[in-house]
Amino acid sequence: MNNLTKRIESAKEKWEAFQKNKEPIIYIGAASCGRAAGAVQLLAQTDRWLKENELAAKVVQVGCIGPCYLEPLVDIQMPGQPRVSYNNVTPKLLPVILGSHVGESVPYAKAAIGHFGKEPLNGIPRFFDLPMLKPQVRVVLRNCGLIDPEQIDQYLAVDGYQGFMNALKTPPDDVIGVVRRAGLRGRGGAGFPTFKKWTACRNAPGNQKYLICNADEGDPGAFMNRSLIESDPHALLEGMLIAGYAIGASHGIVYIRAEYPLAIERLYQAMQQMRDYGLLGEHILDSDFSFDIKVKEGAGAFVCGEETALIGSIEGKRGMPKSRPPFPAISGLFGCPTIINNVETLGTLPNILRNGPDWYNRFGKEGNRGTKTFSLVGKVRRQGLIEVQLGTSLREIIFDIGGGLQKPFKAIQTGGPSGGCLSEEFLDLTVDYESLTAAGSIMGSGGLIVMDEDTCVVDLAKYFLDFTQKESCGKCTPCRVGTRHMVEILTKITHGEGSAEDLLALRTLGDTIKKGALCGLGQTAPNPVLTTLRYFRNEYLEHIKEQRCRAVVCKDLIEYRVIKEKCTGCQSCVKVCPTGAISGPRSEPHNVDKTKCIKCRSCYVTCRFEAIAGDAIVIGSVEKTS
Amino acid sequence: MPETVAAILVKHSRKPENLIPILQDVQKELGYISPESVKDISRYLRISENQIFGVSSFYAQFRFTRPGRHSLKVCLGTACHVRGGATVLDTLENVLGVKCGDTTPDARFDLERVACLGCCALSPVVQIDKRIYSRVAVNKLSELLKFYE
Repeated sequence: MNNLTKRIESAKEKWEAFQKNKEPIIYIGAASCGRAAGAVQLLAQTDRWLKENELAAKVVQVGCIGPCYLEPLVDIQMPGQPRVSYNNVTPKLLPVILGSHVGESVPYAKAAIGHFGKEPLNGIPRFFDLPMLKPQVRVVLRNCGLIDPEQIDQYLAVDGYQGFMNALKTPPDDVIGVVRRAGLRGRGGAGFPTFKKWTACRNAPGNQKYLICNADEGDPGAFMNRSLIESDPHALLEGMLIAGYAIGASHGIVYIRAEYPLAIERLYQAMQQMRDYGLLGEHILDSDFSFDIKVKEGAGAFVCGEETALIGSIEGKRGMPKSRPPFPAISGLFGCPTIINNVETLGTLPNILRNGPDWYNRFGKEGNRGTKTFSLVGKVRRQGLIEVQLGTSLREIIFDIGGGLQKPFKAIQTGGPSGGCLSEEFLDLTVDYESLTAAGSIMGSGGLIVMDEDTCVVDLAKYFLDFTQKESCGKCTPCRVGTRHMVEILTKITHGEGSAEDLLALRTLGDTIKKGALCGLGQTAPNPVLTTLRYFRNEYLEHIKEQRCRAVVCKDLIEYRVIKEKCTGCQSCVKVCPTGAISGPRSEPHNVDKTKCIKCRSCYVTCRFEAIAGDAIVIGSVEKTS
Repeated sequence: MPETVAAILVKHSRKPENLIPILQDVQKELGYISPESVKDISRYLRISENQIFGVSSFYAQFRFTRPGRHSLKVCLGTACHVRGGATVLDTLENVLGVKCGDTTPDARFDLERVACLGCCALSPVVQIDKRIYSRVAVNKLSELLKFYE
């Protein structure tokens, strides 16, 4: 124990010295999303700039702070000044910012989005006062984007591993008691009370017990777990130590998607640091608790998010679910009692153990305690990773945090392919496990996809069903055959060949699959269809009766036209058309040959952004009379 | 046994649960799961080749044909779908003249779809080799491909 206390002391000193920096610090948000937005190029450019100008500065790669729409983010902290954040930094803008802020010590207010100090600064707002961040409560994400994820010392300096040390001082049963009083529920989607699962596993006979962290974030449109692991890997690993201690496990496994290479790299690095500090292995911190963690890469199967399928995959088999009971808590991996917790559940634990259950109870509402992270994406203005208290309304999330939409709001999909699509009347619904289930959706792992009138709900339902149908493992008939049949019907409808009976068939099939499927994937697969049928029935009927897609998405029901009056004949669209469907001499209105047009949208996009007189090409879906 | 596969096998113990990590390593090294490597794995782990094919064909990650020079992955996650990911894929199929899941005849590109790359806020995204391109526009795709020969 002493050894670590010393290390914490020195880490805190280091952190303080780091904060009272003598040389400028430049933070660059370099999680996967930042990298996709160009952070790696900015890193290289910053190094070059510093060398050319013969200036010394520390360049730190940090994780994701949340507002992805501002990526890439570059923060600069000058000695004795607060850290200032610059958004959407381009290679052109970077030298200007560096020149002003690092070169002359004057924050470049024009491009700054916020600062992290306490006092007002040159008219720049405080970062956490920004409309996107102010309503948020950061518990799990508290360190994301603020500390260097590659340095355990920085995590220790912000009270990291304090929660684990508190846990180690009390018997495991008391740790479970703390989690019970905190009211923590599984953040993977179903919301099962964490302590109940743990108690079952703790009381199960057997010497060998396993703890598995489910980081197989398969939901398309969700990236909360990736961000947390990339930005603060130690939070997850500390949570695993706590959970492992509570249930009496000696082995932990992180089952993570192979599509997240950076997160995997950070995990390996963090685990090595833990080993060096005596936080992993035999007799951790000189106690009787021994625990080791392994990383297993998933091989790309959505169904492996299901507990029993995940276990099968780790055992080297096809990832197919088994019927329960026996539950994994009694007989799981290699027949031993096994607990599978989501990344976010585990990432929350250090905070609960550090601050106590009463502190955690301050967040959320009765029965739904704490906070939840969401990836807020789709057609909202401010997209990104957010964390709010349970019980926040959808309206607050979409309009206050997300900043609303450019076009009128149409629907929000919660819970990914297993969730439902909710219409405008549900905007005042509070986000908690029970309310969402009552509306026909689920909490899921936390993807929120906002849609405007350009999204066709029938097409969306087809998209989700197509996804689950492809990912169905094929073990049980309701899921294997039922989803297939539903996709066929939906495809027919989007082609304008549906009939009114098809809607009834979709209902019946959906209800049957829900009742008959073996695992969570099948039981929730019909949700997108059932909810859209309930809340957007008119759109289905339009597709069937009028062969019209009002969102102009379904390809068979739309056509491209040139408005002769607007077209100046600039030939931009002729150049991009891959099939030569558009023709016409320069300076004269062009023509679209409908037999050649593959509806690839290239001309439409070009006409909006490049043509001399824009908006001449339109997409229409008219009522067909046949 | 080719040396590469042999070198991979010795890193893993002979337990059946190591099958997936071994397959992953083989694919990392060779680019695909060759029929010969399956034979070697079968002998090493003492499980049948059928079983190995059964497991490997279950997971989307594994491929059984030699890959092209560049992997081109179009993200079709929900956020990308809502923002036109399917149109991007259609356009690429047209430009390259191959269907999703195939390799171009000149072995320049593998065109694939992925469920989600986790960069949803920057959708639609396309991944070429290791680099992720964000907010891609259909009319800029051909230009993007020019960087990869």
